[in-house]
Amino acid sequence: MLRIANLEAGYGSLRVIKGVSLHVSPGEVVAIIGPNGAGKTTLLATIAGLIKPWTGEICLQGRRIEQAPPEQIVALGCSLVPEGRQLFASLTVKENLLLGGYVRRRDQTKGDTEQALDGIYRLFGVLRERERQLAATLSGGEQQMLAIGRALMARPRLIMMDEPSLGIAPRLVRTIFKTIMDLRDAGTTILLIEQNARSALRIADRGYVLETGQIVCEGSARELLDNRDVQRAYLGKDYRTIDE
Amino acid sequence: MTTGEKCETLGRGDLEQLQMERLQSTLNRVFRNVAFYRHSFDAHRVNIERIKSTQALRELPFTTREDLGKSYPYEMFAVPLREIVRIHAASGTTGTPIVIGYTRNDLRNWTEYTARLLAAAGITANDVVQIAFPYNLSAVAFGFHQGAEQIGASVIPSPATLSSERQVTIMKDFKTTALICTPTYALRLAATLEELRVHPERLQLRTGIFGGEPWGDAFRAQLEARLPILAHDTYGLSDVLGPGVAGECSERKGLHVNEDHFIIEVIDPRTLAPVPAGEPGELVFTTITREGFPIIRYRTGDVASVTAAPCPCGRTFVRMSRVLSRLDNRIFFDGASIFPSQIEAILTEVEGSLPQYEIILDCDDRKDTMEIKVEVSGNMPALDEVRKLEHLRQRLARRVETTLDVQARITFVEPKSLRTQPQGNVVDRRLEPRK
Repeated sequence: MLRIANLEAGYGSLRVIKGVSLHVSPGEVVAIIGPNGAGKTTLLATIAGLIKPWTGEICLQGRRIEQAPPEQIVALGCSLVPEGRQLFASLTVKENLLLGGYVRRRDQTKGDTEQALDGIYRLFGVLRERERQLAATLSGGEQQMLAIGRALMARPRLIMMDEPSLGIAPRLVRTIFKTIMDLRDAGTTILLIEQNARSALRIADRGYVLETGQIVCEGSARELLDNRDVQRAYLGKDYRTIDE
Repeated sequence: MTTGEKCETLGRGDLEQLQMERLQSTLNRVFRNVAFYRHSFDAHRVNIERIKSTQALRELPFTTREDLGKSYPYEMFAVPLREIVRIHAASGTTGTPIVIGYTRNDLRNWTEYTARLLAAAGITANDVVQIAFPYNLSAVAFGFHQGAEQIGASVIPSPATLSSERQVTIMKDFKTTALICTPTYALRLAATLEELRVHPERLQLRTGIFGGEPWGDAFRAQLEARLPILAHDTYGLSDVLGPGVAGECSERKGLHVNEDHFIIEVIDPRTLAPVPAGEPGELVFTTITREGFPIIRYRTGDVASVTAAPCPCGRTFVRMSRVLSRLDNRIFFDGASIFPSQIEAILTEVEGSLPQYEIILDCDDRKDTMEIKVEVSGNMPALDEVRKLEHLRQRLARRVETTLDVQARITFVEPKSLRTQPQGNVVDRRLEPRK
């Protein structure tokens, strides 16, 4: 699905991603964990085409995309749910969702769009109730659902989520993680960044630990949960109770 | 073994991506956590960020067994000791052994990929597996033991220290179907079977899985003629891991290397450059999943070749030939491996200086024997001071036994009666035709 080799990226002269290689196979949930400032968000932004990499390769379903513009990457089947949701606050819930499907406007009939909307509403009932409400008036958790829904409108094969549990009431975090599992069961491939390493590794198949722009550990989710470095750094003091 | 089967048939492109990811994260960890590698990389002016493919591994310096000896006991560990859940040791070149540490994940992986080799050789949950390696500090018996248990076979820990008669009784009464030991030990058991007139047809035995020492196809033919088995070769890294690196599938034409956990290279031992594909050279291994004791470019001293030609069994891992020879003078003795330099260290310690000596390996019907001939010299009791000499002899024998865990017979000979031989101080008569 996604294959990255020796990726370097950054801002100005600041090198943030220092030679990262990773892959995501079809149907997998892969988690990237790491401390603040390790480069996790930069990594996703680079894959999404929002930042141009300095060197390295990014292949999406066998196609090189490191020079492709963001909209083309979305059209190729890779959507990003950005950190902090980045919704259009002054638009309604429905308008936000429709914008998510914008790249598919040419090959979709009105019926297709309705069907996609309906799928999102089935996933998140609350969005149907608030269809005409402005995005700004939603709670944090509802906004996160909207952001995920918006990304799904492009019918991605790979969905990348940047801290989906950030700033959300604990009760809703459980819903978000449940949604991620539903998406996986429906066959969507997921690349997930999470501060909540324990919850992320519980639902992930595999994971990578990113520290100061480099991968220092990789393995199955179980291996990472059993790794003492990971336990100390990410499951210990930073560990916040979600569902225990 | 769900993950195993998937990995064993990965496409080469996917496998190379996986190897590169694992290599890079291993390098990042050893550079951060192991002083030896940090110094060694810095001294060779290598920037690990330049390692952008598995071929670029060539830019990194080698690790030798001398390096490992100097790290005694825990200097090469990449994690704090409390994260280590198992410790084994291998004999070093001189006095100190090489200490090997495994984290919980290391044990799980090791079990998994050793189980893979056993499964490839045909072991299933229906097998009764008799493991006749020494159960001691060495990792060999434990590695096979865990792997066989993982498959669900019935595992009999039947240490090589038991008498051959007891081994044969266990084999017969416990209905052993698979024997795991050194090839020479298997041959000894075959001799015991013949001696006790136990007809092979009274045994359930059908599979032999051997390792721990180099053995050739002629040896295999001899084993299969005398025991009712198909004999499979396996390859391990006794100095740094134990069994599980490579093993033969049912084709028995080369040993599949577990490439999702190890990167194999073949070099010319003189120029240190890679040899062309298919040519024999020294095997060099890098571990790419180990947490406790990661090893970068370890020079094994084993000579073999590697082929990437597809195997009819469907596994995509490359195959190494059987080990053709060794570059050092390591002695394989009774399931253990020792170096003449270890014996020299003992002689020097007990006698004050190193006398002329010779190690003679032979076997009687029951077991391998080792004799160490030592020349009496000026600072030793003269040959006629019988009591003093006997005392010294016993001290030496005890020292050899306590340090190396092997029993050797010490004999004193006249000064200048031993010739310095071109092939070194070791005479191996074990594989010579019997009188």
